[in-house]
Amino acid sequence: MSDRQKTHDAESDEPPMEAARYPDGSILYPAHPLGPDGQEPVEMVDLSEYRATVVTWTTSTATPPGVREPNHLAIVEFTVDGESVRAIGQLTTDEVAIGDAVEPVYAPELRDPDAGIRDPESQSWDGYRFRPAE
Amino acid sequence: MDRVAIVGASMTQFGQREGWIRELLAEAGRDCLANAGIDGDDLEHLYVSNMASGEFEGQTGVANAVAHDLDALPAYTARIDQTSSSGGAGVHSAWQSVASGASDLTLLIGGEKMTHRSTAEATDVIASLTHPAEYKHGVTLPSFAGLTARRYLHQYDAPRESLAKVAVKNHKNGVDNPHAQFQKEVDLETVMESPIVADPLRLYDFCPITDGSAALLMCPESVASEYADEYAVISGIGGATDTHVVHERADPTVMGGVVDSSTIAYEQAGLGPDDIDVAELHDMFTILEFLQSEGLGFFEQGEGWKAVDEGVTDRDGDLPINTSGGLKSKGHPLGASGVAQVYEIYKQLTGTAGPRQVDAETGLACNVGGFGNCVITTIMEAGQ
Repeated sequence: MSDRQKTHDAESDEPPMEAARYPDGSILYPAHPLGPDGQEPVEMVDLSEYRATVVTWTTSTATPPGVREPNHLAIVEFTVDGESVRAIGQLTTDEVAIGDAVEPVYAPELRDPDAGIRDPESQSWDGYRFRPAE
Repeated sequence: MDRVAIVGASMTQFGQREGWIRELLAEAGRDCLANAGIDGDDLEHLYVSNMASGEFEGQTGVANAVAHDLDALPAYTARIDQTSSSGGAGVHSAWQSVASGASDLTLLIGGEKMTHRSTAEATDVIASLTHPAEYKHGVTLPSFAGLTARRYLHQYDAPRESLAKVAVKNHKNGVDNPHAQFQKEVDLETVMESPIVADPLRLYDFCPITDGSAALLMCPESVASEYADEYAVISGIGGATDTHVVHERADPTVMGGVVDSSTIAYEQAGLGPDDIDVAELHDMFTILEFLQSEGLGFFEQGEGWKAVDEGVTDRDGDLPINTSGGLKSKGHPLGASGVAQVYEIYKQLTGTAGPRQVDAETGLACNVGGFGNCVITTIMEAGQ
């Protein structure tokens, strides 16, 4: 059974949730310059097209400047062509449990880039939250 | 080979302090030199462990500053940053300087000034060590602890109370440490009913924000008796690095850096987990004490919580862990913590730990940076 839950919408202006596939078959999110085998990626995989399973989650109440409070977070696991790849991200709700199915949902700004210590220009601030799968 | 001896050690009061980073570092440094009866200008190398004085206070160049303040010129000096394990990394650098023959007398000072910042600001300074893919989601070190704790309890069917028992134990030990930020006991009920910080972890599962510093003086063992009657030796030390992105690790309940760094240290010392009499672990969060005690080989994977439950790691247990009170009650001035861990083992091995004293010939300190991103394990033995 495929975990792929939708086809990529060519009309969408949402960027992909980009993971990298390496020559040894492993997939990493986020993409790194070199994979576990020390080699460069061979292609990118858009995880936003897949469902994932909750590995663990938390609700953080002591959040830094510019971060929503409370901040629900999860580590989730995707299966892409039989290969596991994990990601971390905000949850849309705390109504989840370990093992639940979730799906990525795009958010244009995950935290206020101007409120924290990191230079706003040094990285992107959009990305994918996870919501219970329909 | 001539081993590296620790012939002097000091630590300041940990807690909310008046002084800024320069004063805190100089205080521990002065005390350490005075205890060994030497002057600053006797030093050949001077290392300063500090994570973020620039970010916290706007003061960089602290190694140069404290070298001048201690009259240690023209000793070679450098600041060592490895986030929360800056202290352990400083122990590694200081050890290397003596073991290599580059220095015959090295002072290491670790310190941090944090409490002038709000909790939110301090949390953000520390969270800035994370990967952009983590930082953008507002991931903090406490949230990693919550994520890992939930997984651990689920995976090993451990009760929530087992984490609280780490806090109860370490606070009890901290009562007898005059340098600790908190010198009072807490009961299980207080921990279990304290406010949620990163579900399922609560306020008392976390160390406080702290100012303070600690220092160690090192020389070749062959000349140790010139400086001190009682001393300790570093018989093994290892450092290791894990993934920058925490969720990429195969098992979220295993800290590879702990396993790898301790493998190096055990091999160097010619010792194994069963030989360790007392240990200081990096209990920045209660869950970390379980992960480290398992990664170090003290207990089987998933069994660390049972050891705490059964009192094995109590001060009067078979393997006392965090006799100092740990980061939990002592406080966690980032760059100081790894140095203060070794300070406690030094006190235990030289028989000068006062009411905290346990029967120990061999001790271990494990200092964790990030969420296991960088780890230093140091094994020490009483000097002959």
